[in-house]
Amino acid sequence: MSKIIGRALKKDDFVEMPDDHIIICRCEEITKGEIRRAIYEGMYTMNEIKRYLRVGMGLCQGQTCNKLVKAIVAKELGLDMKDIEIPIPRSPARPIAMKAYADDGYMR
Amino acid sequence: MINAEVIIVGGGVIGSSIAHYLAKNKVDVLVLEKNDIGSGASSRNGGGIRQSARDLREMPLAIHAVKNLWPYLSEELGVDVEYHQKGNLRLAKNNQHLKVLEKIVEHGQSVGLDLKMIDGDQVKELCPFVSHEVIGASYCATDGHGNPMTTTLGFYKRARELGARFITGESVKSLIIKKGKISGVKTLENIYEAPIVIVASGLESRSIANTAGIDLPMQKVMLEALITEDQSPMFSQMIGTAASDFYGHQTEHGSFVFGGMTGLEPFDSQEENAVTRNIAAPSICRAILGYFPFFENVKIIRTWSGFLDEMVDHVPVISKVEEVPGLILACGFSGHGYGISPAVGQLIAQMIVEGQPSISLEAFKYDRFKPRV
Ligand SMILES: Cc1cc2nc3c(=O)[nH]c(=O)nc-3n(C[C@H](O)[C@H](O)[C@H](O)COP(=O)(O)OP(=O)(O)OC[C@H]3O[C@@H](n4cnc5c(N)ncnc54)[C@H](O)[C@@H]3O)c2cc1C
Repeated sequence: MSKIIGRALKKDDFVEMPDDHIIICRCEEITKGEIRRAIYEGMYTMNEIKRYLRVGMGLCQGQTCNKLVKAIVAKELGLDMKDIEIPIPRSPARPIAMKAYADDGYMR
Repeated sequence: MINAEVIIVGGGVIGSSIAHYLAKNKVDVLVLEKNDIGSGASSRNGGGIRQSARDLREMPLAIHAVKNLWPYLSEELGVDVEYHQKGNLRLAKNNQHLKVLEKIVEHGQSVGLDLKMIDGDQVKELCPFVSHEVIGASYCATDGHGNPMTTTLGFYKRARELGARFITGESVKSLIIKKGKISGVKTLENIYEAPIVIVASGLESRSIANTAGIDLPMQKVMLEALITEDQSPMFSQMIGTAASDFYGHQTEHGSFVFGGMTGLEPFDSQEENAVTRNIAAPSICRAILGYFPFFENVKIIRTWSGFLDEMVDHVPVISKVEEVPGLILACGFSGHGYGISPAVGQLIAQMIVEGQPSISLEAFKYDRFKPRV
């Protein structure tokens, strides 16, 4: 079950940080600043950040950046890392060509 | 206990759209969502924004949304919803397919939709990648597609900026009725009060409505979808087929999103959760390759599924409930609610703020379902 989270607006303005330019999601080239801003704009879960920015939707499917994103969410929202759920992994584990996927024995 | 003027149950694209248009009208609105924003069908759909092949009852909403709302939505929300109005091609490979499409075209033209039949050569001109087996298509130039995830979260973000309150992780268990009127909702741990409650909870709308003694002929259907690796820009139309075996489009970042039907729905799955099964993606792939051989070596990077809240007549319920003043239902979008979501939000807000929506919602009443005899 998800935890109850209120989504009230932050009172303070968004504050830029010196390391905001660092790329966190390498597949989709998304920076720490973009992720921090998305959180500021109300994207409080890893799933929402993924859907909003495409973090973890590239070829590696978040295998590289999930941990880094989690740490940013924890810091920005003052949460414990263990309370943050990562997005559900999706099949296939590695990219598969369409003709291989199509060939499961039921032929046309 | 928390109070509001309006409570919306469900933070999908429908609930978030309603919240946006209500907050824009300065209504104090509270959205309760049991998971996170957009975790239901709204983040799992194919992104099709079409008027063609819709039930005539839905047509005024779809035409209004395409004409007056979608083109300005990114600007209004401050989030790119990736709306592209580059037409919808529904492909045919044989005469039986053509017959299906001719009906759809006749139907659409009867309400003035810019929808026509085109031949194989014209299809190739619009979309050079189709197989030589394609002999024709229906073409609606004003249809298009968008990004359902940024649309849903965009409505949420803007509504929040305009003062709407959202609480996630709150699962509504029942409606509260006092002296014959709605007075709020009960969750596992809390009570929320409001004189108006809108149920926009997708599939679960039925069981929530049941707690007020209202039932809806709605069932669960699981549908699957997949996405490819990025490709350079190939074509911009939304694609469907007369055989209804697959549909899809190229997204702004280059991937193709495809969905499809095995033909065994809704009887092939009683899954509790939106899982992917091993028969669906291969079936979708075979369907795609039958129309677009080009994709043979294009890689699939992700598959997923989602549930439809299918009404018996495939048309949603967007309606006040007369027996329970204050209760409004907005559910049962039956697999095509994304395309009309801005219109639904706007019209429900008008219903509450102005007492009357600017387009009639009479056809979507909750009590239209009658036994045959
Ligand atoms: C694979 C697939 C492809 C599709 N393709 C298209 C398309 O191309 N074009 C199109 O127009 N439409 C399409 N659709 C349909 C479209 O996705 C839906 O009609 C639309 O998203 C419905 O939005 P909603 O907000 O009503 O439902 P949902 O997005 O399901 O939202 C309902 C929300 O209510 C929440 N909720 C449920 N119960 C409770 C509770 N008890 N308490 C609190 N919250 C609760 C859920 O968690 C959920 O977030 C497709 C659907 C699927 C599954």
